[in-house]
Amino acid sequence: MLCAALSIVVTAGIVFVLLFETIAFFREVPITEFLFGTEWTPLFLNKSYGVLPLVTGTLLVSVIAMLVALPAGLLSAIYLSEYAPSGVRRIVKPVLEILAGVPTVVYGYFALLFVTPLLQQVIPGLAAFNALGPGIVMGIMILPLVSSLSEDALYSVPNGLREGAYALGATRMQAALRVVVPAAFSGISAAAILAVSRAIGETMIVAIAAGQQPRLTLNPLVPVETMTTYIVQVSLGDTPTGTIEYRTIFAVGMLLFASTLALNLASHWLRGRFREEYA
Amino acid sequence: MRAARTSVWAAFSDRLLQGLGLLVLALALAALGALLVDVLVDGAGRLSWQFLTSYPSRRPELSGILPALVGTIFVVGLTAVIAVPLGVGAAVYLEEYGTQSRLARLVEINIANLAGVPSIIYGLLGLGLFVRMMAMGRSVLAGAATLALLVLPVVILSTREALRAVPKSLREGSYALGATRWQTIWRQVLPSALPGILTGLILALSRAIGETAPLITIGALTYVPFLPADIWSPFTALPIQIFNWVSRPQAGFTEAAAAGILVLLALLLATNATAILIRDRLQKRRNA
Repeated sequence: MLCAALSIVVTAGIVFVLLFETIAFFREVPITEFLFGTEWTPLFLNKSYGVLPLVTGTLLVSVIAMLVALPAGLLSAIYLSEYAPSGVRRIVKPVLEILAGVPTVVYGYFALLFVTPLLQQVIPGLAAFNALGPGIVMGIMILPLVSSLSEDALYSVPNGLREGAYALGATRMQAALRVVVPAAFSGISAAAILAVSRAIGETMIVAIAAGQQPRLTLNPLVPVETMTTYIVQVSLGDTPTGTIEYRTIFAVGMLLFASTLALNLASHWLRGRFREEYA
Repeated sequence: MRAARTSVWAAFSDRLLQGLGLLVLALALAALGALLVDVLVDGAGRLSWQFLTSYPSRRPELSGILPALVGTIFVVGLTAVIAVPLGVGAAVYLEEYGTQSRLARLVEINIANLAGVPSIIYGLLGLGLFVRMMAMGRSVLAGAATLALLVLPVVILSTREALRAVPKSLREGSYALGATRWQTIWRQVLPSALPGILTGLILALSRAIGETAPLITIGALTYVPFLPADIWSPFTALPIQIFNWVSRPQAGFTEAAAAGILVLLALLLATNATAILIRDRLQKRRNA
């Protein structure tokens, strides 16, 4: 009883700690400047507190990760649920589990010292720190999540639907793409949303390989800074409590927490709806 | 004629989709292979007894990983001490006592959401709550408390699953012999769910071993030339040491980082192997 209530205390604690420092932050910086300002230089002499460059940096890397993880995850889920013989499944499932279990700092190393140099041979203008390499690696990291959740969704589509499609002369592909995937759509979107939330909150890959230059750009070839990287950057320095620099990380954290929470709730709701459909 | 052509096309695209699926999985496998080979090639040369037993240094060829290794084991051990009783307790309450009360439902949604909160947010919580308000400083205890909160949802979810797998007949048999609910849980349900619970716990701890961001946020040090003496000492951990080495431009530190990654992966492998061993052992004993 007490233990269970603890989980609520944790949530309340997160909200309280974040709110406490964020409110102190907004006493000094107007909220409109924070949300709509286009320059983020709180660590310089000439300070401005526009969070948009961090937001675009985060979105840019996340979009690249999604471009890798969504099609690949969905394809592998369709293959595993509709085509794969059990021998292949037995090899592939543990591999995906290992991919999901690799610590993110290792992925960061991989992005900075393997993927980016590889990409530089193809794209000459690519900076050593950029959004593309970490984005792709983040996509690989999220792939198992998308794949296993979508596979669950596809798997729970009643077999009668498949058999109906086959009876009408559909091939496995036609049955999969026109019947099973649409039927599992809300389950798959729940997986996709959860993946976006993971990408936004991912820290070490971008902290190592995406750079620390907050800039308002959609160019994946230059260094950017994400919200999470900024928190790491400030934490590594020795920022005294109560200063405005210290409070910025809580304001950025609040924004991060609010967006991932909204995405997680949306995903939860979609999955609930999906369960109702086939209960 | 037309029907024939469509069916050829349909058969072809069916094969195409299958091929694409297989291709994607092969690429994922290749990525994992490339990652492992890359780290092995970079780091195997640096891996030695000297590397495992030395302190970090400004000179890459002399740096070692001892404080980070000891720090990780210390912090994760303490994390287990904090998270296990809390997590198992919460799971027992939710699964065995929690009727469909409002509180139980609220807790349930809440736990699902907590599992999705980015780990760096737990770091901010630890920084605000443990390091500052409770004045634990940047200590082993603050790090362990932060990681314990982080793995708590995982522990609760996996323990509940293990408890749910215990057959109802076992409980009913115990009640029929006049046992109270608590006696039933303590003497029958928990022992029988133990393999599942342990596996879940070890998986949760292996997540704690690999976590970097929350420890950086609460201010774990990146240069620690000593071993943590007690729970109030400052500390570093394997992933943080690796992060520190990766961020330095000299090639020597890159090699040290790769060697550090090998140590980290070996530790994870050992933890997971232990989980599998324990599970098999306990399952065998039950079946015997």
